[in-house]
Amino acid sequence: MSKAILYDATLCIGCKQCEGACAEQNKLPYDDKIAGETLQSEHKYTVVLTQNDRYMRRLCQHCNEPACASVCPVGAFHKTKEGPVVYDVWKCIGCRYCMLACAFSQPKYQWGKLNPRVTKCIMCPDRVQAGKPTACAEACPTGATKFGERDDLIAEAKDRLRQNPGTYIDEIYGLTEVGGTSVFLLSPVPFEDYGLPKLAKIGDKPLPEYTGRVMELMPDFIPLWALILGGVYWVSNRRAEVAEVEAEERALRGEK
Amino acid sequence: MTIMGIKITFWRVVFVVIMVLGLYSTYVRYLQGLGAVSNMNDNFPWGLWIGFDCLCGIMLAAGGFVVTGAVYIFHVERLHCIVRSTVLTAFLGYVLFIVGLLFDLGRPWFIWHQLVYMNFHSVMFEVGMCVMTYTTVLFFEFLPNVLERFNLHAPIRWVKKIYPILIILGILLSTLHQSSLGSLFLIVPEKMNPFWATPALPFFFFLSAIACGLAMTIFESTLSSRAFGRGLERSVLTELGGALYVVLWVIALLRVEDYVNRGIVKSIFQPSYEAYFLWAELAMAFAIPLFILSFKAARKSPTMLYIASLSTILGFVTNRLNVAMTSMETWIGHHYLPKWTEVSITLMICAMGFFCFSLAVNYLPIFEDEHSEKHEPAPLIPIAEQTLVH
Repeated sequence: MSKAILYDATLCIGCKQCEGACAEQNKLPYDDKIAGETLQSEHKYTVVLTQNDRYMRRLCQHCNEPACASVCPVGAFHKTKEGPVVYDVWKCIGCRYCMLACAFSQPKYQWGKLNPRVTKCIMCPDRVQAGKPTACAEACPTGATKFGERDDLIAEAKDRLRQNPGTYIDEIYGLTEVGGTSVFLLSPVPFEDYGLPKLAKIGDKPLPEYTGRVMELMPDFIPLWALILGGVYWVSNRRAEVAEVEAEERALRGEK
Repeated sequence: MTIMGIKITFWRVVFVVIMVLGLYSTYVRYLQGLGAVSNMNDNFPWGLWIGFDCLCGIMLAAGGFVVTGAVYIFHVERLHCIVRSTVLTAFLGYVLFIVGLLFDLGRPWFIWHQLVYMNFHSVMFEVGMCVMTYTTVLFFEFLPNVLERFNLHAPIRWVKKIYPILIILGILLSTLHQSSLGSLFLIVPEKMNPFWATPALPFFFFLSAIACGLAMTIFESTLSSRAFGRGLERSVLTELGGALYVVLWVIALLRVEDYVNRGIVKSIFQPSYEAYFLWAELAMAFAIPLFILSFKAARKSPTMLYIASLSTILGFVTNRLNVAMTSMETWIGHHYLPKWTEVSITLMICAMGFFCFSLAVNYLPIFEDEHSEKHEPAPLIPIAEQTLVH
C-alpha cells in the first residue's frame, strides 16, 4: 500500500527535531547555523518555517504523477509504489529541468560541486521499504509529522478538519494539488503565506499531462509529416524531370 | 599595423580578448563549478546558457532546414546559390549548441546517458535525440564541401544519392525539436506570465524558427558579402525578404489571435515589468521589420533588408529570453542577470562560430557554386572541368 506523511501545523512546536533527524538520515551536516536557515538547499531537504509563532514544514510533496520524473530526459526520478519519489544520481546528466518543472520548487542543486547532484527529500525509501516511518516522523515529539498509510492519513486529516471547525483553514494541502501528492499539510493560516503555491494556480491536473498531450501526437505526426514531405519532393522533382525532357525534345525538334 | 607578420585588425583584437576572457571563464566553470561561474541558483536553475545558447542558438541555425527545404523539396532553384552557406551556418550552429550544452550540463561527462536511459515522456529527451540526429544529418549535408575540396568525387556521388532523404529527415527532425523547445515550457504554466504561457508555445517556437532562419540567411549573406567580397545576390535577398514578410504576418496574426482567445489583450497595454519586455519584443520582432518590409523599395535595398532581418533576429531572441526568464521572475520573486563570466562564455561560443565560418569560407568551396554558375561566363570553362565542378 502507498504510504504518506501528514503534517499538522497546529501540533507543531517548532523544535526542528525533524530537520536534525533528516540531516542525520541523509548524512548532511547540521548545527545551529543550519538550523537557522529558512531556505531549503542542497544541505537542507526539509525546513520548519516560523511566522508569528505558527509553523509550517516544507518538504518534497512526493506527487502521485511527479513533474520531475516526467521531464527528466534520462529518467533519474521515479515514483515508487510505496509513495516516495526517488532520485538516481548515476543517471543524472545535470540538465536541471526537474528544478524548473517542479511546482513546489523542491529539487535543489549542488552549485559549488564539480560533479553536482540534485537534492531533495526522498522520503527515506530504505526505511519505508523496511516498514519503518520516515526519520522526521520518528523524531517528531508531538506527532505533528505523522507517517502512515496514505488512505488512513487522508481519513484522519478529514476527521481533524471536521472535529475542529475554525481551527484550520478548510483544506488538506496536497490532496488534490497537481493530481494529488503523498504529503498532506494542515494549517490554521493560508498555505501561500509560507510560499506554497495555491491550488487555483497550480490546478488539480497532474503537470505531466500538459507536455503529455503534445508528446502523444508524435507517433502520428512523424510518419504523416514524412509522407507529406516525401510526396511534395516526389511531385516537384517529377515536374522538374518532365520539364527537362520536354526541353530536350523541343531542342531536338529544333524549336526555340 | 603588423606584429610578427600577423596583421592586427580591430576585429582580430576583439576576437582575442573574447577568447581570453572566455577561456578564463571555462577554467572557472570546470574547476569551481556552475555556482562560481554563473548567477544561476536554486531559484533560477536555467540561465543565459539555456536561454540564449540553446533556445536562441537552435532558432538561429534554422536557416539550414528552411532553405534546403525550399530548394530540394519545393524546387525553388533560385535559392540554390545560398544552400551551402546556410548549411554551413546550421552545422556550425548545432555543433556550437552542443559545445554550449557541455558548459551548461552539471555532469556533461554523462551526456551519453541520453542514449542509454531513455525517458520517452520527456520533451528534453526528444529534443536531445533530434538535435543529435540532426547534427549528424547536417554533417552529411555539409560533407560534399570537404570532399570537393580534396577532389574525392566517388563519395560525393554517394552523398548526393541520399541527399533527398537527408533533406527530408532534416526537415522532419527540425520540425520536431524546434517546436519541442517551446513544449519544454508547457509543464510550467503556473510559473509563467500569461503573456508567454500559452499552449500554442510549440507552434510559435516553430514559426519563429522559420522567420529567424530566413532573417539569419539575409543577415549572414549580407555580412559575408561584405567580409569576403562576394557579389550580393540581390534578387535572392529580395525573395527571402518577401518570404520573411509573409511569415512575420502569419506569426503576428496568430499571436494576436492567441491573446484574444485567452482574453489578455487589455493587460498587454497596461505598463508592467513584463509588459515592457513584451513591448520590446513585439516592436523588434514585428513592428519594425513589418513596417520596413511593407515597402517594395525597401525589399530591394540590401541595407533595408539587413536592418529588417537584424531587428527580426533581436526580436525573437528577446522573445525566447522572455519565455525562459522574464516570464518566471514574478513567480520566483527574484530577478536574474547573468554574471560576466556567463556572458563571456556565450560570447566565446559565438566568436568560435564566426571564426569557423570564415575558416570554412576561406578553405572550402562554400561560395563556389554561384561563382561557377553566375559570375564566370560559362563558355570559358572547358567541358571536362565543368563536369568536375558539378
